[in-house]
Parts: sequence; C-alpha cells; structure tokens
Amino acid sequence: MLLEIKDLHAIIKSNGKEILKGINLTVNSGEVHAIMGPNGSGKSTLSSVLAGHPAYEVTGGEVIFNGKNLLELSPEDRSHEGLFLSFQYPVEIPGVSMTNFMRAAVNEHRAYKGEEALSASEFLKLMKSRSEYVELDSKLAGRAVNEGFSGGEKKRNEIFQMAMLEPKLSILDETDSGLDIDALRIVAGGVNKLKNADNASIVITHYQRLLDYIVPDFVHILYKGKIVKTAGKELALELEEKGYDWIKKELGE
Amino acid sequence: MDIVDKVTNEDYKYGFETQIETELFPKGISEDIVRMISKKKNEPEWMLEFRLEAFRYWKTQEMPHWAHLSIPEIDYQDIYYYAAPKSESSKNPDDVDPELLKTFDKLGIPLSEQKMLSGMAVDAVMDSVSVKTTQQEALAELGIIFCSIGEAIKNYPELVKKYLGTVVNYTDNFFAALNSAVFSDGTFVYIPKGVRCPMELSTYFRINAKGSGQFERTLIVVDDDSYVSYLEGCSAPMRDENQLHAAIVELVALENSEIKYSTVQNWYPGDKEGKGGIYNFVTKRALCKGTNSKVSWTQVETGSAITWKYPSCVLMGDNSVGEFYSVAVTNNFQQADTGTKMIHIGKNTRSRIVSKGISAGQSQNSYRGLVKVTANAENARNFSQCDSLLLGDRCGAHTFPYMEINNETAVVEHEATTSKISEDQVFYCNQRGIKTEDAIGLIVGGYAKEVINKLPMEFAVEAKNLLSVSLEGSVG
Repeated sequence: MLLEIKDLHAIIKSNGKEILKGINLTVNSGEVHAIMGPNGSGKSTLSSVLAGHPAYEVTGGEVIFNGKNLLELSPEDRSHEGLFLSFQYPVEIPGVSMTNFMRAAVNEHRAYKGEEALSASEFLKLMKSRSEYVELDSKLAGRAVNEGFSGGEKKRNEIFQMAMLEPKLSILDETDSGLDIDALRIVAGGVNKLKNADNASIVITHYQRLLDYIVPDFVHILYKGKIVKTAGKELALELEEKGYDWIKKELGE
Repeated sequence: MDIVDKVTNEDYKYGFETQIETELFPKGISEDIVRMISKKKNEPEWMLEFRLEAFRYWKTQEMPHWAHLSIPEIDYQDIYYYAAPKSESSKNPDDVDPELLKTFDKLGIPLSEQKMLSGMAVDAVMDSVSVKTTQQEALAELGIIFCSIGEAIKNYPELVKKYLGTVVNYTDNFFAALNSAVFSDGTFVYIPKGVRCPMELSTYFRINAKGSGQFERTLIVVDDDSYVSYLEGCSAPMRDENQLHAAIVELVALENSEIKYSTVQNWYPGDKEGKGGIYNFVTKRALCKGTNSKVSWTQVETGSAITWKYPSCVLMGDNSVGEFYSVAVTNNFQQADTGTKMIHIGKNTRSRIVSKGISAGQSQNSYRGLVKVTANAENARNFSQCDSLLLGDRCGAHTFPYMEINNETAVVEHEATTSKISEDQVFYCNQRGIKTEDAIGLIVGGYAKEVINKLPMEFAVEAKNLLSVSLEGSVG
C-alpha cells in the first residue's frame, strides 16, 4: 500500500470552515486514481492538505504514506518521501532560473537519500533529457520559474519537474485546465511515460477528456468533502453524460 | 538560555572580538584631539589645517534629522576618535602581528603572501589604522598607487592635495565635517593615464576596539582612459553598545575613464531586540569630471543598526554616465535610509538607478533619491527603478524620489513596485523539496539578481549567502 487515507478531516485555518469531512482512500503502487466532483467539493483542498499547505489544518483522521505518518512530515519531507503535486496554478518566482530552482530541488532530494549532489554537467544532462518528456524548449533552463510562461507551458513545466524528481505518488490537480488539445496530449504523454509498477497517480479533473489519455483504474466522486462513489473508468463517462445531479439524487438530496 | 543566545546570535558570523592591545586617545573630540591625530600620523601642516577648519565648522553644525530614521541621541564626547592595534607602529609588511593576520583570515581576507587571493589586492584597516596593503609592488609596476590614505598624504601630497575634499567638501553635511576633522585611515587609489587596473582593488574595514568610532576616508582618482574596479567590505564585533562609523568616499573619474565601486556592507546590525549595532552614516560621492567618464556604484547593504547613505554621481563631463545598483536588507529593528543623487550638469549625460529594498521583522527601509538636471544639461536621460519586497507585516518600506528638472530636453523615467514573498511561493518551493530558508534565499536572490550580477564574480556568491543569512528566521 502506497497511500492510505483514513477519515481525514480538514479546515481552512483563517475561517475555521471544514472542507474535508472524512475522506477515505487507498492507493497502491501501479494504480491511477481519478477524483472528480463539482466545484467546491474539496478536490483541490485534498491535494493541498496531502502536500502540507499551511493554509489548512487537519482536524482528524490519518494518512499513511509509504509506511510513514504523512501528517507529521514537513512539506519538504513529504516531497523527499516521494509525494509530488502538480499545481493547478503554478506560482511565478521572478529572477530564479529553472536551472537553479530544479538544481536546489534535485540536490535536496539526493541529500535526503544520502546521495551526493550532482555536478553541474550531470545535472544539465538530466535536465535536457527530462525536458524531452514534455517537449519543453531547452531555452526553458534559463527562464525564471513560470515567469511569462503560457498556461500550457506552466503545466508542461509541472510535468517536467515531476520527471526530474521521479515521485512515488503524483497528484495532478486539474492539470488539464486551460490546455488546448495538443498541449493536453503532450502533458498526458509525459505522465504516461513516467508511469511504472512502482509509482501511482491521483488525477483530479472536471472532465472525462483527460481520462481518455491518462486511463484511470478507479474513479472516485468527491462531494461535499467526502468520497461518495467509487467505480471503474466507466464512471467518468457516466458523469460526462449525466452531470452530477444524479449523484445528488442518489444521495437523497 | 545559552541555546537561545546561540540561536539568536548565530546569524552574524563576524561578531568575534580580537584580543589585542589597543592604543586609545582619550575619549571625546576637541581641537587637541584633532591635533593629536594629525601628529600621530606625522601629517604635514596643510593637513592639520584641513582638519582644524573642518572641526571648527562641525562645532557650528547640528545633526541632521530629515531622514526617515529614529536616531537616539549620540554623545560625541563619549567616543574614542583614535584606536589602533598596538603592534602596528612598525608596519613592516612582513611583520604584521599574527593576531591581526588571524583576524583577517577568519574574515576570509587572507593577507599573508602564500594565501593571498590572486587577482585581488587588499588594504586591511582595523579601527583607525591600515594594518597591511597587499600586491603593492605588482601594481606599482603599472604606475598604480594603492595605499592607505595616511601613506598617500606622506608620499603623494600633491595628488592628495589636488583632490581631497573636492568631491565632498567638509561643509557638505554634519558627518562630512566630522569625518574631515578626525578621519584616521582609509584607502587611496590612483590609476595613471591609459591603465586598466588588472586586478580588483579592495579595502576591508574592521571595527574592533570597544567604544571607538571609525572615520575612514577613501579617495580614488582614475586618470584619462583608465579603469578600476574597487570593492569594499566591512564587519564589526557584536556588542550591546552602538558604534559610529562615519566615512567619506570620494571618486574622481577623468576623461574616458571608468570606476566600478562595489560595497558589501555587513556591519553588526544589532541583536534581535534592536540592541547594539553600528550607526553607518556615510557620504559617498563620485565626480564624473571628464567627458565620457563613467561611475557605477553597486551596494549590498545587509548590516548596521542604522544606515544613512547616498552614493551619488555628479555628471559634470559631457556624455558621462552614472549608475547606482543597490540591494538594502533590513531585518529585526534595523533602519535604513539609502539611495542616491544623480546630478546632471554636462550634455548628454545618462544615469540609471536600480534600487531593491527588502524589509523584514520590524525594520524600516527607505529609498531616497534625487535626480537633478541643471539648466545647461542638454539631453539628460535618467531611468530609476525602485522595488520593495516585504517579508511579514510589521516592517515598513518607503520611497522618497525627488526630481528637479531645469532643462526641457531631459527624459526622466521612474518605476516603482512593492511586493511580498507569498506563502504560495514558499510552499511551491517546499513542495519540490526545498526548505523554507533555502526557498527564501532563492526568492530573494532572484529578486536582487539584477544588482548582484553587477558585483565582481567572487563576491556575488558571498553577497547571495549574506542575503539569506540576514533574513534567517524572518518568515514563518
């Protein structure tokens, strides 16, 4: 078992509002899980909470990741342990080149594992080979992190970083939003190339479209802070067809 | 308690004190003290007159209070105006007290022949005296003079007389008058015509003696068609008292010449509660005297409890260029009021100002700048950019730009931004495995990059590290 979430509750610190109201989810290596749900159901909050965003506070439940109590780890150690979040809105860091940023990240990961830092030439070689996964221009290396990137470039940049860090669990938070069909194909292609029997992904999305490219083993519906339905990939098609109203009906609302 | 002390003081790496016997003049300032300093330095009569004139003027002046600073009362009679490591008297280059060599070693400024950094010459000043100047012979072969100002007064009186006080007159301001009266050591540089100085020249200023003030004086003259890059560094022991540092730096650039002057200012900033630290009240000015001359100031200001400093350019020669690149960091209770003055006098003169302020803790950080275009300065151009970065919500950033434009052909541009390091930027770095402190270092380094890149390479790395260290503990 790679990830086990048990009865997870979380609130927004600033206003005390409860967003996650008892999430249960188990993810094994080699699996792809899709999480779908209407706006405001808590999908992005779930990814932020798992990554340790300071705006949220966990008020109950537990999360075991890779045999460790995830909630006790700092955000950077969650990353070191192999948790990766592809942000819905990647932030810009003006003046910091992608090269310096990724070099700091990769070397911190290596230090955590007790490995030596990569030399400049080894690192640049790695960067070049991984940028090919998502057909990113080599000029990227000299540009500041996400600064002046188009929407599509930002998302490709997220998957590029994922390729650099080789996580055990990737959470893709609406990676498809704002992408045209070509960009979507490239991004999904990158994710698929990185997929193997030892890692897993959680794909958060509104649309079935992305799941044509990244095929899930399980589809979960998150509604009002809880997972209310789990099925195979056909559930996504059903949702696409019927919308969320039938779920609400099923729940007796 | 020890642990608390350790953690809060760890940030300032240079806070140690050298145990060495110090010769001190009695505390306080008077005509007698001024005469004693001059006599101690075996100065000629004209130099004593220069000092006395300045002293008499100073007595009539009051401390200025126009800056956005809250400066506690300073008792000028409670300061030692002359303090010198005792073993200095001989100043035989091979005979520097090992304790002093060790001190500068510890500061990363090796002075012994074997360890000297190649491509760099250093004048090391502790308290009121220069303890050693390296690479002098190699430079002398090119006709370059690089020595302490004291030696220059003795050995090159004509040059010193010709330029000293011509850029910053003692009547310029209160601290300039004080410095002109009691200045002790500092550096003199002369680059003869047509020489490109092949190495970085640098001065390292160290305050060591308790209760003393440091009043250094630097004069750099670059003759026609010549170039020099000069770097200044400084530090002081950690003490509960405030110590005064009031320097004057004068630069003279003649025809087609260029001076690049870089400062990494790391005086002790005081502790987390705002106790102690250096008062850094400095007058720095360059005269672009010749046509096509250029002066570039680059400063990274991280230290000092209070900074009052405006490195400026008087653009007298036609086509002359003045630049000012600054990163000023304030944390805890530090205060800084810093900026520049660009005075356009010649035709087709250009100036560029890039100021990056970073405020953290409960500090106050102000940019103050003047762009003045005189009536005859045809086609003057200025571009100013003043950015402020805030960390936390208890600090202040202020911008005071002044413009006096007296010629219609002038084009003056001013841009200003204020931003904060967002929780989301830090979290983004954290999510990639980068610790918060390193993340702040990266973000601040990126913000200050345009200025840091202007520093000589060896110092760019040091300056970057210094930025992160100065901001340690300011987020979260």
